[in-house]
Amino acid sequence: MSFINPVKRFYLALETWFNLSFGNTWNPLYNLGTLTFFFFWVVFVSGLYLFIFFDTSLSGAYASVEYMTHDQWYVAGIMRSLHRYASDAAVITILLHMFREFALDRYRGFRWFSWVTGVPTLWFVITLGITGYWLVWDDLALYIAVQSSQLMDALPLMPASMSRNFLESQINDRFFTLMGFLHLLGQPVILFFALWIHVKRLSDVSIVPPRGLAVGSFIALLALSLIVPAVSHEPADITKTPAVLNLDWFYLNVYPLMDYWTKGQVWILTLGVTGFLMIMPWLPKKKTGQAAVVHLDECNGCEQCAMDCPFDAITVQKRTDGARWANEVVVNEDLCAACGICAGSCHSSNPFRHSQQELVTGIDMPQSPVNDIRNNVESAIAELKGENKIIVFGCDNAIEFSGLKSSNIAVVSFFCVGMIPPTMIEYALKKGADGVFVTGCRTGDCYFRHGNKWFDERYAANRQPILRKRADRARINIFRAAETDCKKLRRELDKFQQSLVDLNQKNIEESSEVGHE
Amino acid sequence: MNKPLRYLLQAFNFSMFMALVWYFSLYPAYHQLEEDQAMITFTVSHAGKHIRECVKFSQEELLKLPPNMRKPMDCPRERSPISMELKLDDEVIYSKVAPPHGLYSDQGIDIYQNIRVPAGKHRLTAWLNDDVKVEGPIYKLSQDVTLKPEQHLVIEFKPAISGFDVH
Repeated sequence: MSFINPVKRFYLALETWFNLSFGNTWNPLYNLGTLTFFFFWVVFVSGLYLFIFFDTSLSGAYASVEYMTHDQWYVAGIMRSLHRYASDAAVITILLHMFREFALDRYRGFRWFSWVTGVPTLWFVITLGITGYWLVWDDLALYIAVQSSQLMDALPLMPASMSRNFLESQINDRFFTLMGFLHLLGQPVILFFALWIHVKRLSDVSIVPPRGLAVGSFIALLALSLIVPAVSHEPADITKTPAVLNLDWFYLNVYPLMDYWTKGQVWILTLGVTGFLMIMPWLPKKKTGQAAVVHLDECNGCEQCAMDCPFDAITVQKRTDGARWANEVVVNEDLCAACGICAGSCHSSNPFRHSQQELVTGIDMPQSPVNDIRNNVESAIAELKGENKIIVFGCDNAIEFSGLKSSNIAVVSFFCVGMIPPTMIEYALKKGADGVFVTGCRTGDCYFRHGNKWFDERYAANRQPILRKRADRARINIFRAAETDCKKLRRELDKFQQSLVDLNQKNIEESSEVGHE
Repeated sequence: MNKPLRYLLQAFNFSMFMALVWYFSLYPAYHQLEEDQAMITFTVSHAGKHIRECVKFSQEELLKLPPNMRKPMDCPRERSPISMELKLDDEVIYSKVAPPHGLYSDQGIDIYQNIRVPAGKHRLTAWLNDDVKVEGPIYKLSQDVTLKPEQHLVIEFKPAISGFDVH
C-alpha cells in the first residue's frame, strides 16, 4: 500500500463515515459546494422576508428586529433564526470545502483558479455576515461597529476616523443606512459575482444539492430555529460596555484579538493568512500533464469531447481544414486538466479500428495515446497465464491498484475512468480476458469531476460512445474505492474472480448439455 | 446497512452539525470586561498648530522667487505633533506623541483608544499639547469620576470648547 498522508487519511475516513449513513449520492462531504449554495438560498429567501419588516433607521432597527423575534416569532422569528443559522452553516461548509480540496490535493495545478478565487469569496461571506450583525443595533452590533471602525482606521486610506462615528454626539442614521445598503444589496451582488467567477472554469456546474440532502439540511435548520431561536442582545447603548458578549465565532472571530493585539498586527495576521492561502497552489506547484491534442484528420467535429470536458477546456469552432464536416474542436491548453476524458469520449478512440496500424484518434493525450493503451492491453493480456484472466482498468487518482498484478491479473492505468473508451473493454474481452475489472474514485468523488458519471452513462448506453450490448456485463465489474480501501478492493476482486469461475463453469455445463442434445 | 439505522445515523449527523452551528454562533461567550471593570474611551481628532508663525518675506527674498510664486507671507505647512497623557489617579493609562499625518506632515490626527479600568471612584487627569512652540500642557482636565461596572466613559478632546469633554 502506498503512503497516504495523515490529513488525507483522516478526511477519507470522515467521508467513509458519512457514506455509511448518507450513501455516496447524498454524502454531504461530496456536496459541500452545492450545500453552501443551498444555505445561501435559505439566507437569501429568509433575508427577503426579514427586509419587509426591518426598519433601516438607527432608532427603529432594534425595535423592528424585536418585533420579528418575539411578536411574530412564528414566521419572522423563524426566518431570522434560519437567516442566522444558515449563514453559520455556510461558513462550516465553506471551511470544510477548503479543507477537502487541501486534504485531497485538489487545490493546485489546473485547479489553482478555483482555489485562488475562493479565498476572497470567503472574506466576502464573512464581511456580509458582519454587516448583518451590525443591522440589529444591539450591544453586539455596537461592539462590531466600533471594532470594525477601529480596524478600518488603522489603514492609511481612511481620510477621517470612522470610530468617532460612534460617539454619542456623532451617531446618525446616514452611516447606519449605508450599512443597510451594503448588507442588503451591495455585498450580496459582490458575492454573487465572486461565486460566478469561482466556478467559471468548470463545466456543468451544479448549484443544487441532492434533494434528500437539501430537505434533511432544511429540516435540521428549522428544528434548530424552533428549539433555540436567534435573539438579540440588549439595545445598543453608547454609555455602556457589556462585560459579556455572545459572539458568533463563525463571523466575528477576529474581534477579540483586537483587545490584545494592535490593529496593525490584526491586519498583518488577516492579510498574511489570506496571502498565504492565495499562494498555496504554488507551494509547490503541481505539474499538470500535457494538454490533449486534436488530430483533425480523425475528428468529425461531433462535439462529444467538448460536451464531456469537465473543465470547459474544449471549444467548438468552424472547420479550418476544408474537410466536409461543419465543425472542429480546439483545446485551450491553459484550461486542460489532462484528464483524458475527451479521449474516452471520442468515437475514433475505438481500438478495433486500424488494428494492423497505428491508431490515431480525433483527440488524444500525448503522454498516453489510445494507441499505446491498446498495445498495453494486448501485451498485458498476452502475458496472462492460467484460468480466469482478468484485466484491471484503473484510475491513477484513486486507489493504488498496481499491486493487484499477478499471473492471471493484468493492470492498465488511465488518468481517469472517463478516459476509458467503452470499446476498449470490449476489445480486452475479445483479446482473451475473461473479465474486465474497472476501478476508480469513489462514486460522487471523481478527481476529474465527471469521469465516473460519464463512464456510468456510457456503460448504461445513455451517453455516446456507448458500451455495446454485445459486451457481456457479467464479465465486467466496476468497483469504486478510496485510497484507503485496499482490503475492500482485494475482496471485490476475489469475488469477481469467483463469479468468473462460476460463469465459466455454467458455460461449460450449458455447452455440454447442448452437445448431449 | 438497513434503512432505519441509516435514517437514525443521518439524524445523528444532522444533529451534530446543527449542534456545532448553534454552539459556535453563541459560545464560548466573550468577556471583554471583568465584572468590576469599566471602559474609558480617549479620543482626539485634531490638527496641531503650525510649527512656526508666518513671517513676512523681505523684498530681496521676494525677488528671488519666480513671479508666479511671490506672496507676502511665508507660512509653513508642517504642523506640530500632538502630545497627550491620560492618568487615572496616579497611574498613566495612556500616553502618546502623535505625529501629524500627511506627506507634508500637514494633516490632523485621529485617536480612538479604549482603556479598561477598575470601576469605582477615581481622579481623572489629562493634558494635551498641540504646539511645539509651547512647552508643557496647553489643555488640561482634572475631574473626579465614579465609574460603575460596564460603564463606558468617553473623554473627547474638543478644540471648540478648548478642552476635554467627558461624557
